[in-house]
Amino acid sequence: MEELVNLFHGFAVALQPFNIAVMVLGIVLGVIIGVLPGLGGANGVAILLPLTFSMPPTSAIIMLSCIYWGALFGGAITSILFNIPGEPWSVATTFDGYPMAQQGKAAESLTAAFTSSFVGALFAVIMITLVAPLVAGFALRFGPAEKFAVYFLAFCSFVGLSKEPPFKTIAAMMIGFALAAVGLDSITGQLRLTFGFTEMLNGFDFLIAVIGLFGLGEIFLTMEEGLNFRGGKAKIDLRVVLRTWMSLPQYWMTSLRSCIIGCWMGVTPAGATPASFMSYGIAKRVSKNGKNFGKGEIEGVIAPETAAHAAGTSALLPMLSLGVPGSPTAAVLLGGLLIWGLQPGPMLFVEQKEFVWGLIASMYLGNLVGLIIVLTCVPIFAAILRVPFSIIAPLILVLCAIGAYSVHNSTFDVVMMLVFGVIGYALKKCNYPLAPLVLAIVLGDKAEEAFRQSLLGSQGSLGIFFSNPLVSTIMVLGLIALFWSVISNGLTRMRGRTATA
Amino acid sequence: MTTQNSHTTGPTHKAVEAGVTTIIGLLGGLVVYGSVKAGINWGAEGPKAGFFPFYIGLFIIISSLINLFNTLREEDGPIFAEWGQLRQVFSVIIPTGIYVAAMPFIGLYLASMIFIAWFMRWLGKYNWPIIAAISLGMPVVTYLIFERWFLVPLPKGPIEEWLGL
Repeated sequence: MEELVNLFHGFAVALQPFNIAVMVLGIVLGVIIGVLPGLGGANGVAILLPLTFSMPPTSAIIMLSCIYWGALFGGAITSILFNIPGEPWSVATTFDGYPMAQQGKAAESLTAAFTSSFVGALFAVIMITLVAPLVAGFALRFGPAEKFAVYFLAFCSFVGLSKEPPFKTIAAMMIGFALAAVGLDSITGQLRLTFGFTEMLNGFDFLIAVIGLFGLGEIFLTMEEGLNFRGGKAKIDLRVVLRTWMSLPQYWMTSLRSCIIGCWMGVTPAGATPASFMSYGIAKRVSKNGKNFGKGEIEGVIAPETAAHAAGTSALLPMLSLGVPGSPTAAVLLGGLLIWGLQPGPMLFVEQKEFVWGLIASMYLGNLVGLIIVLTCVPIFAAILRVPFSIIAPLILVLCAIGAYSVHNSTFDVVMMLVFGVIGYALKKCNYPLAPLVLAIVLGDKAEEAFRQSLLGSQGSLGIFFSNPLVSTIMVLGLIALFWSVISNGLTRMRGRTATA
Repeated sequence: MTTQNSHTTGPTHKAVEAGVTTIIGLLGGLVVYGSVKAGINWGAEGPKAGFFPFYIGLFIIISSLINLFNTLREEDGPIFAEWGQLRQVFSVIIPTGIYVAAMPFIGLYLASMIFIAWFMRWLGKYNWPIIAAISLGMPVVTYLIFERWFLVPLPKGPIEEWLGL
């Protein structure tokens, strides 16, 4: 009850005209950041942090968090329209969002993505409001073994649920792990797999790989067919938006499941990217339309977008209540709090009530404002599809080069982007899935760190991954996901025998 | 010898896939080699730097061998792509390569202008006023958004230096 009273006070703070104005500005800037490849949410918030120094802390954090919501919304736009994920958590959205755009359903896909994003974020904010102390306590039980188990589950889900041959999925995933391992070893500080090239000291950034594999790879594939841009028939009006909204309630189960996955992954700090992949994988397995996933199924857009937003939003919970950021963007926001002299942690809720509840209220309002802004701009985004390919292709290529360069201000990264583009084209033509490769580049470092820290704690014994009920349950779920095709075949045969007996 | 003309012939899917799989397998070998050099045993801080990637490399080699075996077992199926289609793809890859290679010397802006203009003229057959508007407009918008607004420096060449940008 006390939380609700505090929340109403928070709304009074967030609804002040100046705070509404910074909210709108933050969302618009965030959408731009989300659309531009190479400028992720964390980078965007970091770059714009100095803009907020002159503001009161509550207005500043409202603006920065709204940039974050805007970036979460914006990541879906390029994923759906051009198959270029603006953000890593938008990679899973490309699987069905882009085919939908190619089929002339860009508006449906964008509407579903934005609305699902809003639903996921709303669920997470309600969760933050009501169960913050409980969930934060649970997250404290996560050690390296539990973290590795979560990553293990995410990777195994991919191998078991992929429509491509399992050994091709494993090969692609392992290439991603190998690329993630290049450079300075974060535990021993030793160089590895650089083979004397100083440019490889920092390793391969997932954004370079994503821009190359997906952005350039898709343009090369499209060039095979000549200059016909296949998404050109998108027709947008309010009726499409309303029709899509009417169809969304039938996927309530997918949304609810994705919300729960997202919140769990956001709080435990696995983050929005594995949440979106896992949610997509499970939706594909469970849905009665699972066979159509990857061909332009709207459920394949709803699942990752809902989970990514739920995870992105709930990642702020451990940051506020424990001072432990659940995502890179939350880490930058944490830095902002420290700059303003606010110490995140349980005492923040006591000492800075107005700030905390103003921020939580702004999460409700910011996401609503974000949804209205992005939905009203759908016709503008979809109009891009009508631009001829011979104009849009070089612009995308230039934008990709800028995105790749701006990650580390390095022309070597631009060269690598082109190399990844050619690799992406060849792998895609040979039926190697690209998503597990990217997922492994994104999470490879963290998974390896958690694995090695676990082994260090157990003196090399793999028994650590089955040492308590929590980690054992997650690992067993991972093994079930890994061998799911074998298990489901066995179950089908057993049912067949029972039926014939 | 095939009787098909050049429009419907091309490398077989099987041959290209076998080649790609072999390259992936060799990459796995490179990862194993690099890992062994970095150390794959147990050190003072636990598993050494090469421990994790060593097993990753082994997984790559094993899965590539299985993939190669599966590919070679298949019959000669469809072609990978027609020669004409591959020419189209390389008509973009090669200029993109030149664009990327030129960037450190002439800067991103001039390289982008030339690249966009080439693409629109050669592949799109647009007239010069439209080409000029887009190839000049894009770098200007890029400059304003990235360098002015988000303070992200992009590679510049002698022209930008001369203009004092």
